[in-house]
Amino acid sequence: MTAATITEKILAAHAGRDFVRPGEIVMCKVDLAMANDVTAPSAADAFRRMGVATVWDRHKIALVASHFVPAKDIPTAKLMTRMRQFAIEYDIEHFFEVGRGGIEHILLPEEALTLPGQVVIGADSHSCTYGALGCFSTGVGSTDLAAVWATGEIWLKVPETMKIVYSGRPAPWVMGKDLILSVIARIGDDGARYMAMEHTGESIAHLSMDSRLTLTNMAIEAGAKSGIVEPDGRTLDYVRTRQEATGRRRPFDVFTSDPGADYASVLDVDCASMEPMIARPSLPSRSVPVSTVERRRVDQVFIGSCTNARIEDLRMAAHVLGSERIAPSVRLMVIPATQRVWKQANDEGLLDRFAQAGGSVSTPTCGACLGAHMGVVGPNEVCVSTSNRNYVGRMGDPTAQVYLANPAVAMAAAVAGEIVHPAEVRMAPPSSEDEEVLVVG
Amino acid sequence: MGSAFVYGDNVDTDVIIPARYLTTTDEKELAAHALEDLDPTFVERVRPGDVVVAGDNFGCGSSREHAPVALKGTGVQAVVARSFARIFFRNAINTGLAIVVCPAAVDAIDDGDSVSVGLATGIVTNHTKDRRFAADPLPDFVMDIVRAGGLVPWVRARVGAA
Repeated sequence: MTAATITEKILAAHAGRDFVRPGEIVMCKVDLAMANDVTAPSAADAFRRMGVATVWDRHKIALVASHFVPAKDIPTAKLMTRMRQFAIEYDIEHFFEVGRGGIEHILLPEEALTLPGQVVIGADSHSCTYGALGCFSTGVGSTDLAAVWATGEIWLKVPETMKIVYSGRPAPWVMGKDLILSVIARIGDDGARYMAMEHTGESIAHLSMDSRLTLTNMAIEAGAKSGIVEPDGRTLDYVRTRQEATGRRRPFDVFTSDPGADYASVLDVDCASMEPMIARPSLPSRSVPVSTVERRRVDQVFIGSCTNARIEDLRMAAHVLGSERIAPSVRLMVIPATQRVWKQANDEGLLDRFAQAGGSVSTPTCGACLGAHMGVVGPNEVCVSTSNRNYVGRMGDPTAQVYLANPAVAMAAAVAGEIVHPAEVRMAPPSSEDEEVLVVG
Repeated sequence: MGSAFVYGDNVDTDVIIPARYLTTTDEKELAAHALEDLDPTFVERVRPGDVVVAGDNFGCGSSREHAPVALKGTGVQAVVARSFARIFFRNAINTGLAIVVCPAAVDAIDDGDSVSVGLATGIVTNHTKDRRFAADPLPDFVMDIVRAGGLVPWVRARVGAA
């Protein structure tokens, strides 16, 4: 038997093969095909031109209202209508309307629609997120997705794998975001281009599922095809909990990498000596330890997006906030990722705390992350964001400057009015007696 | 033959077509804002047959197919780059935007040079400097999609649609 990585094993299983090798092109069966309100309308148009009577499996398609929602104007209302009409016409089982879903990459794992061992294809670049569950997942464009809707298959070039070995218990204030930003700072914005990033090592056991999902979320910011974490006890607990809660109990397979598997490269990362990171404008690779960055005055802080708007992120932000108020010169936007996160944060009193402190709290949407709406930044403004991209013009005006950081660093900037280490605002991170609650060291 | 518009590394999909214009899927409407945040004069200067030339990781970022569609809508002959981000690469093949990987040509083309791209031959010619370069060939599998005219006709053939 040939030694293989977890990614090669999953792709082989879905291609009907005993094994596959990096570089070869294979046709893989798909377990879930997702699109959102930006990508579904074009996918629907392409699908209708493909000459098939109906979709390959109405139970394996997810359509999520996430980007321009709630609709910001008439054109975006029309985009939603086009997606909704497709969902109705083809009787799509998993259609998530505004108010019943949220940002897809946080929603689908919650809904037990993405499971270990699957091949998941999403018409959104951050579809690599689901790999935290131990599945192969990657982003494509609308036409590729339409082809999956038509045939249930996709062609994939088997990626080489970059193995990243994290050692040590993550230092105080260090979250999944800091691990991936430090990796991207080392390898560059295309350092893992076309590759699978396999996150391994003793530190992973210290990371909650929320932090692991942040880790795989930003594989695309290194140019990777996918990010993946081998399932462990915590993964299986999470998946089974979500299966029970949703009643969706599809069986799944757990794959692991063989000890002798081939890796294109191996990167060692020491988490014990790590500091919270911050990516300077205008590339994620411009990440540096937050204590080394210039203390800049901040106009806006955004805590949201598929990268960092899970309950752990909001708890961390609320901890750093404490009973302080937001600096008068700063606008704080908090956007919980999904309806479920929103409700949980509300039950825990987190949303009230943000609002009492002078922050704006909104309904789930990708919104501000991509400069779509609900927090677009103006000329020359400085924003600290918990999202994933700080490209020129990403969040609004091309002269705006966006810094990327974890939610502790973001909230510290909101309180201090400038970029600071969270320890300057709050003495210590939350106690980590319950590692499911917070993962920081 | 057309003029080269030369840009650097990591030309991302947010500058190719900013999200504020994703409210439409129409090729001409998107083309009116192509590369706006990188080069505000591009749209008014570009002419059909011109060539976009860039460094590594062209098209990184979002999966928005609007990006290759916007560039195609400007009438550019091709994008020649040192390398492409993978989702953009697939989207370009699928929607019929010609893309060419040719690092040597990128190194030898200056902004405004007169360039042509032979898609059948894989030859990039810099007429201003009188130099020719062989592009990296695309995988056979991908060439099948190109020859079919994009992914929609390729799928139609596979599913046996008329």
